[in-house]
Amino acid sequence: MNIIILLLVTIFSYLSFLYGRSRIRKITSTQSIKINALPNYYGYYLALWCALPALIILLFWSIFEPAIIKYLISQTLIQNDLNYSSEQLNLLYQKIRSLYEGNFSGTLTEEIKIGVKNYENLQTIAQNSKIVLLLSTFIAAISYGIFRISKNNKARHDVEKILTGLLFVCSLVAILTTMGIIFSLLFESLKFFSAINIFDFLFGMNWSPQRAFVSDASAITALEYENLKGAFGSVPLFAGTAFIALIAMLVAVPIGLFSGIYMAEYASSKVRKYSKPIIEILAGIPTVVYGFFAALTVGPFFRELGEKLNLEVSSESALAAGLVMGVMIIPYVSSLSDDVINAVPQSLRDGSYAIGATKSETIKNVVIPAALPGIVGSVLLAVSRAIGETMIVVMAAGLAANLTINPLESTTTITTQIVMLLIGDQEFDSPKTQSAFALGLTLFFATLILNYIALRFVKKYREKYE
Amino acid sequence: MKNNKIKIKSSNLNVHYGEKQALFDVDLDIYDKEVTALIGPSGCGKSTFIRCINRMNDVIDICKVEGSITIDDEEIIDKNLDVVGLREKIGMVFQKPNPFPKSIYDNISYGPTIHGLAENKTDMDEIVENSLKKAALWNEVKDRLNEAGTGLSGGQQQRLCIARAISVNPQVILMDEPCSALDPIATAKIEELIDELKKSYTIVIVTHSMSQAVRVSQRTGFFHLGKIIEVDTTEKIFKNPGNKMTQDYITGRFG
Ligand SMILES: Nc1ncnc2c1ncn2[C@@H]1O[C@H](COP(=O)(O)OP(=O)(O)OP(=O)(O)O)[C@@H](O)[C@H]1O
Ligand SMILES: [Mg+2]
Repeated sequence: MNIIILLLVTIFSYLSFLYGRSRIRKITSTQSIKINALPNYYGYYLALWCALPALIILLFWSIFEPAIIKYLISQTLIQNDLNYSSEQLNLLYQKIRSLYEGNFSGTLTEEIKIGVKNYENLQTIAQNSKIVLLLSTFIAAISYGIFRISKNNKARHDVEKILTGLLFVCSLVAILTTMGIIFSLLFESLKFFSAINIFDFLFGMNWSPQRAFVSDASAITALEYENLKGAFGSVPLFAGTAFIALIAMLVAVPIGLFSGIYMAEYASSKVRKYSKPIIEILAGIPTVVYGFFAALTVGPFFRELGEKLNLEVSSESALAAGLVMGVMIIPYVSSLSDDVINAVPQSLRDGSYAIGATKSETIKNVVIPAALPGIVGSVLLAVSRAIGETMIVVMAAGLAANLTINPLESTTTITTQIVMLLIGDQEFDSPKTQSAFALGLTLFFATLILNYIALRFVKKYREKYE
Repeated sequence: MKNNKIKIKSSNLNVHYGEKQALFDVDLDIYDKEVTALIGPSGCGKSTFIRCINRMNDVIDICKVEGSITIDDEEIIDKNLDVVGLREKIGMVFQKPNPFPKSIYDNISYGPTIHGLAENKTDMDEIVENSLKKAALWNEVKDRLNEAGTGLSGGQQQRLCIARAISVNPQVILMDEPCSALDPIATAKIEELIDELKKSYTIVIVTHSMSQAVRVSQRTGFFHLGKIIEVDTTEKIFKNPGNKMTQDYITGRFG
């Protein structure tokens, strides 16, 4: 149904576009008035009047219709039996809906049958009133639009205003969503921190959430609390995250930067044409593929190598995960620094060559310093990519929260632990689940601070040299 | 003319950008410790010509240079020539000031460092001070040597670029429209500076301003469509040109 409506709206908007355009042409040619905007703008204007109100109504209708119908049905059910709890009501409503949709299984009661009848009625009423409402708005809006066009209004101005409004709404949606996510993180974390002291969480050296067997955070006994306190120390996770990211950056920054420099300064246009896309393919490989590459190829390779050298290498090691993650990040660093280096004005290079500098001297002393803010930016982007990466670590670095700086042992990261905390059956109010939100929040703040520092640094640098 | 020593001699110089020929059999003599102005309509090959003198055209892949240019009778259009050494001898100042994104001090010390001209910090300080003094910039920047070169005004930046060119003690300075991005006052300063510099350096300047050519140069070459039409003393070119085209150009009838 909605699809048909959308289709109709599209067709009608297109028609009204054509109509608006020809209409204004006719008006201006018969009355020989000066037109206020290009005819196309009148077309757009009418098309917007045709589409926008209908789409807005459709949107709100689709959001609120199910809730209203559910409310009405629940009301009738309650009239029959006042003793229904809200959960029972919910269940009944689900049954009614599935019967209506034809995939009901279970015992049919009289109540459900009546409910379905009701549901059917309500659906038709809703359907009809939706169509009536849509039609009448459509007619009203389009007549208003045509009326305005006949007056040769400032269509360009109005179209611009409507478009500005639309763009504003889109950015508002983006901002509100972000806020919503942050607040939900914040609230869940606050629940967690009401059970676990925030200092125990931030500075605790031991991470073993499986010890936290209590299910109800609001009713913790003293003994349980003692048990809990030591279970949620996040230091090993942060250390592991930083450690693996460090290994990854040790791989990605030199290789990525140097290949970026090569692409930008040395490669002939032919080499560039073929090799740049190839490097960028690396960025398109799904991380899970890197993950099993790390787990099945690189990890075992290091273990065997270690055995030959009489070294203890666990098959899931920070080294394997970090290396593969580094490879994954290379294209980010290289293609960004390539772009940044290309953006350095040729006149600076000319100035350096003209005084007798060689190519490498020019790159080292002039090009790289001039491109540094951008390079720092791309490296920091890569760092946050490394910190947020989950899949490779899940598969290759293991899950044991060891506090270690031995790259041959297994470690774990924040993101991996969040995954572990939330997979499987979880009760939403156990500290174990809530700790995932706390981890997410801390990670969020850590990245935020990182980005802030990066921006400050870049800005300071710019001020110095611009 | 106070001397007749030829510093730079180009003969039969042909330059192609890919298929397109930009210079045709250019023969031009540039005399020692003089200012030679190159004039001509846009696209006639003035920049191409002076970029041949310090081999800056090497940077452009599609550019092919044939013929001969000698500096003090040494051939420089030669694959085996040490370009770094050549460019140390021949400084260049560009149309748009292009100071490096470094401090004023580092902008000047860049060249001497690369060529190993200073033994120690005091030597370097001296080079920097002398170059800035010669470029008539010292008094304006002596208290802010550690500030960014890009923070100077356009005219100061251009003088900084001249100081940078001077810092490696070249014999020739090439200037490609050095004043085209500057206001009249800054231009006057640079012209004054050029007058001063010609005592120690041979200068080739490309300019679109006839009055500038008259003011600063002793000799003028007129280019048209990649060919050198006429070269003579500036006085002769502007008072009594030997060629109808030169006459038309300097009186503003085309170009
Ligand atoms: N990098 C290049 N690639 C291809 N053709 C070029 C290049 N540089 C210059 N040319 C061509 O060579 C010819 C001479 O250019 P040149 O820059 O020497 O002119 P000009 O006399 O300096 O002009 P202007 O006074 O505008 O600076 C022009 O026709 C130009 O199109
Ligand atoms: Mg030019």
